Amino acid sequence: MSRAMKDRLIWAVTFLVMLIICLPGLWVVLSAFRTNGEILTKPAVWIPQNLTLDNFRAIFGLGENVLAIPVGSYFLNSLVISVTSTVLAVVIGMSGGYAFARHRFPGKSGAFLWLMLSRTVPGIALSLPLFILWSWIGLIDTKLGVIVVYTAINVPFTVWLTEGFFRQVPRDLSEAAQIDGCTPWQAFWKVEFPLARSGIASAGIFAFLTSWNEYALASQLTRSTDSKTLPVGLMDFTAQFTIDWAGMCAMAVIIIIPALILTFLVQKHLIAGLTFGGVKG
Amino acid sequence: MAEVTLRKIVKSYGALEVVHGIDLDIAHNEFVVLVGPSGCGKSTTLRMIAGLEEVSGGEIAIGGRVVNTLPPRARNISMVFQNYALYPHMTVRENLGFSLKIAGRPPAEIDKATDEAAAILGLADYMDRTPGELSGGQRQRVAMGRAIVRHPDVFLFDEPLSNLDAKLRTQMRVEIKKLHQKVKTTIVYVTHDQVEAMTLADRIVIMKDGHIVQTGTPLEVFERPANTFVATFIGSPPMNLVDGVVAGGAVRFAGDVSLPVPPAFRGRVQEGQRVTYGFRADNLMPAGHAMTGIGETAEIDLTIALAEPLGAETILLSELAGVEIQGKMYNPRPVAAGERLSCLLALDHAHLFDAETGASLRT
Ligand SMILES: Nc1ncnc2c1ncn2[C@@H]1O[C@H](COP(=O)(O)OP(=O)(O)OP(=O)(O)O)[C@@H](O)[C@H]1O
Ligand SMILES: [Mg+2]
Repeated sequence: MSRAMKDRLIWAVTFLVMLIICLPGLWVVLSAFRTNGEILTKPAVWIPQNLTLDNFRAIFGLGENVLAIPVGSYFLNSLVISVTSTVLAVVIGMSGGYAFARHRFPGKSGAFLWLMLSRTVPGIALSLPLFILWSWIGLIDTKLGVIVVYTAINVPFTVWLTEGFFRQVPRDLSEAAQIDGCTPWQAFWKVEFPLARSGIASAGIFAFLTSWNEYALASQLTRSTDSKTLPVGLMDFTAQFTIDWAGMCAMAVIIIIPALILTFLVQKHLIAGLTFGGVKG
Repeated sequence: MAEVTLRKIVKSYGALEVVHGIDLDIAHNEFVVLVGPSGCGKSTTLRMIAGLEEVSGGEIAIGGRVVNTLPPRARNISMVFQNYALYPHMTVRENLGFSLKIAGRPPAEIDKATDEAAAILGLADYMDRTPGELSGGQRQRVAMGRAIVRHPDVFLFDEPLSNLDAKLRTQMRVEIKKLHQKVKTTIVYVTHDQVEAMTLADRIVIMKDGHIVQTGTPLEVFERPANTFVATFIGSPPMNLVDGVVAGGAVRFAGDVSLPVPPAFRGRVQEGQRVTYGFRADNLMPAGHAMTGIGETAEIDLTIALAEPLGAETILLSELAGVEIQGKMYNPRPVAAGERLSCLLALDHAHLFDAETGASLRT
């Protein structure tokens, strides 16, 4: 088989696999531009007959039929909660990762193992204890309550990912920087941080996406426009007897877009981060 | 003026003591080489001078100022690491100028200093590359350049040449020596390569198991080794050592062979004392191949087990009292294994060590 043929074949197979993986997503996007009636028709209408922006108009309150769903507040809540918990998780996780990579201390491997084991507990299993705790201290239906939970979820992974990156940065570099006149703090920011940047950036993306998309815990801990996030807000489209699939899909698209944009912006770092190719000697 | 003084320096990791009270005075502008086998504490000692490793006991002074508790940045030292430790995310120029930038010097001054260092080390053509785009030798030069830009009081080198191939190592050795002549500074240089130590040092400090075994100029440690460890560590091939017993002005070995007590040791040994007799391959040669004026000699008949021709000379392997020994033949001719040769030993260059402690019996 010629080289070009082989390339084409690989491309075709990749396309097929990606198509299968992406199909549900594509269907959501497509449905966002259709009417609820057309979505629910049986047998299914595969090729959309008429595309419309009405669903989006309804969400943003521009059309004649205005939705009673406060998407703006949800978006803002999602943004505040995701950004804050991501920043916290990255700062805490990076410090932890650095400490695990650089320092010896009693109980180090045990602590690391515990951190990783905490990932094995499905978040939803914690929802009841969390709910009880949070209602005692009054964190139910607050952004702070959700932020704390998301930060806790994201820290172990951030520690793990950044630890690997800091471990790849030779210890000598920080020492050389200190001999060159840096304080340990300066040595970190001027030498070690830039070299582990890919890892820290990918950890940040993962933390952000986790927080942005999380539904299970948020659905327990939030109640009102004070704290409800976009994924939880999706449920507003279900009424007692009807589900506004079209509106839900339109909102899903709105949820997906910021995540997509962010991922594209930092994909260079993300790829470097995931392949651990961050540092070369 | 930057002399470096170590007073009873101790280093422990928990309960494990790895450097046991080292005393060392390094003069201003002196090139001192710490040499010793792997794990003897050379790097640890150097890193304590640099401030990268806490001192567990004793006192380190640089230029008369005790620096025990000062961080590295306050000691005005530079260090060249074994694997260069260049900043991978900076260009050569940025690597060279980093210390000055941290010190907050004006850009014009930084440029001038980096250009100067680049000129000394022949780096001018690579200034805009990153370390990843340089060869091993070039990286080594950048590491040295980074060390000289800031005009430190003391240069510290930790096995800077061990990652280079043999040819480049020889070349860089010469460059380091030249560098020392150009930028007069106190240098402490760590290596486990005795050739590097011999060729570079004003003074060699030989370490073993966290102790200093001997300090002296290269010639002193070569010609008057303080014990059998130094005798075998310095010089190549290592000194021949044969155990024997003093008997009537001679040392008697197993198999009824004996050699006279070397002149320098006469009157320093007692009848019946157990000693180790040492001599270098250079001082044992076939009769007739000896140089003139080598002083008092002793004659030994040896059966040659193996001959290694090196061109200008041939190393002869043989056996004395059951111990393998080496001699050298200058003006070589082909030698067959099993050939019996009458050899001369230059007694002025022979040594006696205590058989128990290995210490030289010279003093
Ligand atoms: N962090 C540490 N914890 C415990 N022991 C250590 C530590 N660092 C070094 N050592 C021990 O200290 C001793 C001296 O180490 P050092 O690195 O100074 O040796 P070295 O002479 O530089 O050897 P090499 O030629 O291999 O570099 C070694 O026995 C080593 O095992
Ligand atoms: Mg070492």
